[in-house]
Amino acid sequence: MVGDKVTLPLTVTPAKSEGEKASPDKPREPREPIFHLEDVTVFYGDKAAVREVTFDIAAKEITALIGPSGCGKSTLIRCLNRMNDLIPSARVDGKVLYHDQDLYAPEVDAVEVRKRIGMVFQKPNPFPKSIYDNIAFGPRVLGMKGDMDEIVERALVHAAVWDEVKDRLKTNAFGMSGGQQQRLCIARALAVEPDVILMDEPCSALDPISTGKIEDLMMQLREEFSIVIVTHNMQQAARVSDRTAFFTVDAEDRVGRLVEYDDTETVFTNPSDSRTEAYVTGKVG
Amino acid sequence: MSTMEHAVGEPSRSQKAKDLAFRLALLACLTLAVGLLVVLLVDVALDGAGTLDLDFITSFTSITADKAGIQAALWGTIWLMGVCAFFIVPVGVATAIYLEEYADSTRWWNKLIELNIQNLAAVPSIVYGILGLAFLVRGPLHLGNVVLAGGLTLGLLVLPMVIIAGREALRAVPPSIREGSMALGATQWQTIWRQVLPAAIPGMATGVILALSRAIGETAPLIVVGAATVIAFNPTGLDSSFTAMPIQIFDWISRASNDINDYRPLAAAGILLLMILLLAMNSVAIWLRNRYEQKW
Repeated sequence: MVGDKVTLPLTVTPAKSEGEKASPDKPREPREPIFHLEDVTVFYGDKAAVREVTFDIAAKEITALIGPSGCGKSTLIRCLNRMNDLIPSARVDGKVLYHDQDLYAPEVDAVEVRKRIGMVFQKPNPFPKSIYDNIAFGPRVLGMKGDMDEIVERALVHAAVWDEVKDRLKTNAFGMSGGQQQRLCIARALAVEPDVILMDEPCSALDPISTGKIEDLMMQLREEFSIVIVTHNMQQAARVSDRTAFFTVDAEDRVGRLVEYDDTETVFTNPSDSRTEAYVTGKVG
Repeated sequence: MSTMEHAVGEPSRSQKAKDLAFRLALLACLTLAVGLLVVLLVDVALDGAGTLDLDFITSFTSITADKAGIQAALWGTIWLMGVCAFFIVPVGVATAIYLEEYADSTRWWNKLIELNIQNLAAVPSIVYGILGLAFLVRGPLHLGNVVLAGGLTLGLLVLPMVIIAGREALRAVPPSIREGSMALGATQWQTIWRQVLPAAIPGMATGVILALSRAIGETAPLIVVGAATVIAFNPTGLDSSFTAMPIQIFDWISRASNDINDYRPLAAAGILLLMILLLAMNSVAIWLRNRYEQKW
């Protein structure tokens, strides 16, 4: 199984089950792939962190990447907007196609990639500025047209944090709670109007109530954005995602590999690989 | 005594005695260090307090001790500090940004630069004076014994301090801020200019002030680059000849005092004024750090 290509049946509409999943039950459009990864291997120096990953990520869905620590899921998500470029020793082999464009082609500017594909990080990282300036920073550096007050309000409303902060927009963002800071970071990403939002364990530093708010927010956002989330929390993957990719790390060579990729429903209830089953049922991991 | 007795329970008397002796030794060293400083300051204050007044600050130096003041040297020092700051702020900050944000620290040339900056901070100031004399006063730039040459020489002397402080300030800005900015589609330059640098400015400003307060007391390099000693006018521009406070103090001390003309109180008053300036600058540095330092 290891290294096998896991392909996504693009035209099949997933069979949504009753109740359990929070996603709307209405029939969904046939899936458009937004990312196509082909034989992606990421090296840090000479060592591969994740090897030969091939799968498609669909538009307007939430795709969860799960697996034990060290399986390369965070490394992989950082390839999708070329954040790995910031690590001097990192190197990406294979193809990462975004709307059929290879993100790692020589003529592609990483800055352009990140304008379209936003990212939210594990630990909330607001800028040491006012709430307003945190949101306005992106639109300003990208030279977006329009009334800045409106842009800021829209982003904060969109990220469901407006009501909590509208009276203190000019105060420092460090005065917010952790959960509010993370929603501010989501609002900040939304303000530049990306197509895709990558979330690298966005709730791992948050309490359950804040986590719930972020999950609700993700459910709303998937109507407009494609979301890829890395999570350690399997319940979270089961609750919010449409599709789940399960990665594991080889005990011997310490290299992460994609084991199974399917509808979240299937991965959690009827996985085809015994390793997936062992992980999602909590026997290992 | 067996080792068993030492294993548990009360420390033995000899251990207590050792502990006490060690503490007393430390206290004695501290007293010696602080005591000497206090004696020095009190002595200078007693000698100079009577002379340090408005007349002292607003008069030029003179053969007649009663009429002499420090005005030319005070203005000379202000000019030198101005030139020095004008030089070290852009060059120091730019170097710090390059080394911290752009340079690939695994490359040998960047390692070499880094190592040399550490070394330069330890080079004796007289060597910078000779450098200034050879390259700025004479040599390629041929500026002469002027304010610009003096200020730049002092700038070269304290530049490593500014670079090192600047790098520390940049390193204190967490990588997550850079990632957050880049993830929004900001370029590396936008990230540095709008996020990293503003967050690092308090630390950098502190470094610059401390560097200037080192430069303000430097005497040796200024003597080498040809600061004047007896001068009865303020600098009028970058190309004026100049003197500086430490030079003036040195001049007064080295003159033979007699019953008619006693220059020693002048030197003491000059030292007091220099100390006051130094304390003021360091206070600003501490205030800046406490007031604006970002807690992450």
